[in-house]
Amino acid sequence: MSEDKERFRIAHREAWIGVGLAVFNFIWWFGFAYGLGGASPASYDYIFGLPSWFFFSCVLGFIIMAVLVILVVKFWFVEVPFEEEGGEDS
Amino acid sequence: MNWSVVIPLMLFLLLIFVIGFWASKHIRTTNTSFLSEYFLGGRQLGGLILAMTMIATYGSASSFIGGPGVAYTEGLGWVLLAMSQVVTGYFVLMVLGKKFAIMSRRYKAVTLIDFLKGRYQSKWVVLVSAFSIIIFLFSAMAAQWVGGARLIESLTGLSYISALFIFALSVLVYVILGGFRAVALTDTVQGIVMLLGTLILLIATIAAGGGIDNIMADLQAENPNLITPFGAEGTLSASYVSSFWILVGVGVVGLPHVTVRAMSYKNSKAMHRALIIGTVVVGFIMLNMHLIGVFARPIMPGIEVGDKVMPLIALEVLPAWLAGVVLAAPMAAIMSTVDSLLLVVSSAVVKDVYLNYIEPKATPKKVKKLSFSITAILGILVFLMALDPPDLLIWLNLFAFGGLEAAFIWPVVLGLYWKKGNKYGALASMLIGILSYIIFHLYLPNLFDMHTVVMPVLLSLAGYVVVSIATSSRTTVPE
Repeated sequence: MSEDKERFRIAHREAWIGVGLAVFNFIWWFGFAYGLGGASPASYDYIFGLPSWFFFSCVLGFIIMAVLVILVVKFWFVEVPFEEEGGEDS
Repeated sequence: MNWSVVIPLMLFLLLIFVIGFWASKHIRTTNTSFLSEYFLGGRQLGGLILAMTMIATYGSASSFIGGPGVAYTEGLGWVLLAMSQVVTGYFVLMVLGKKFAIMSRRYKAVTLIDFLKGRYQSKWVVLVSAFSIIIFLFSAMAAQWVGGARLIESLTGLSYISALFIFALSVLVYVILGGFRAVALTDTVQGIVMLLGTLILLIATIAAGGGIDNIMADLQAENPNLITPFGAEGTLSASYVSSFWILVGVGVVGLPHVTVRAMSYKNSKAMHRALIIGTVVVGFIMLNMHLIGVFARPIMPGIEVGDKVMPLIALEVLPAWLAGVVLAAPMAAIMSTVDSLLLVVSSAVVKDVYLNYIEPKATPKKVKKLSFSITAILGILVFLMALDPPDLLIWLNLFAFGGLEAAFIWPVVLGLYWKKGNKYGALASMLIGILSYIIFHLYLPNLFDMHTVVMPVLLSLAGYVVVSIATSSRTTVPE
């Protein structure tokens, strides 16, 4: 089934993209939280009232992930049919 | 009784019933098979509903009631931990993704176990997985019902038993009437309620605390640890918090009530939309809801029971009628987790055990009757268990989910992407995952300063790979 091969190639690539995004997400989250947050609370900087470690790690990190997911889906994800030839009961 | 709180809650329940009735029309008139409609909504979900039902399903009582309560105690470190859940918004659908959608259609799978049956062709894989789903999810469900009843109890002043009764009845009615479609639709309404509810409450809390600067200064004055990533007592280590990436982040790929949603969508377009909506909404809800817990602390110090933080702060900072609307949010979170659990456990009993091994040739009429009655019986059993509930809601809940993750993550993921994986590997992986989870939980909890889930997940990976390779001469690869 050559049609299968193409669909699965796309599916496999997209699964790896998911893994890649998760790794990036983790590094960003961890790096800012413990890189900046490890200092003494007295010496924290504040952005919009929040400690900078928290702002970068949790607020900005979330916004960046949302933007990345939108870009990845819009530009890299491909629409493939799910049904077999002849289809199933739906 | 506080009527201005109770009336919005009752309106919310009423709306949920209306949706249940509406969805039940589909079940009566559907021309697809009853099982596919009742347990999977006929694989017709669009992007918005798919995203919302996934979020609502794992945004459970543990995160909604327990979460803000723990954040209240631990400070920003717990919000950091909760943000590990952003990953679920895209990871589950991307990793299971199109391959899972294609393969589950090929196997005509309606449940996770159907998929495992199609992939591994093994009776033992089916029985072990059905058994673990029934045991673990049943106990998770009981914990959630306790949460739901406690919430109604604290809001309305009704006794625990009457609160539990109202909760059980509401959930049972719409799940039995409308099946998966009703569950997914009500999840969507509930997800929107959670989104708006947490946003309104966060804004009101910030205003009541005199702005974020003020709140942070108050927290720092009380205990500087509250604004560090390390928790109030400095006990939340980096490795412990990071290990939640497995428990509530990437590991949810193995949860049966989550995976079943990854076979329910209509087409690629629905999946793409759900990825975007899911990531944005889950991050937004998690951030808002846990920040509420932290910000509540300077406004209302000295709350002893964590579960009461959310209701008390809502009643404090909002006008009563709006508090009623907002407090429908945690209610929604609990209901939407419970309904999906109930349906998954029923499907395990009816579809995976009864139809596979007890009476394969049951008539469609009998299957229909059986599905409704099993759902009802399970609901009543949970109700009876929840009458005399165990205390630690959040941990009981996490125990069940962690065990299932350790059992299913590799048989599902490697079953999809690794051709050499076979039934012996899958069986080994499930047994090792569950047994080692129980052993670690009892005797070596939080080994190496990481959540208990980490070691069993690694061991079950090793079991899957080693046993699959060792037995490769005994099986031929399907496909």
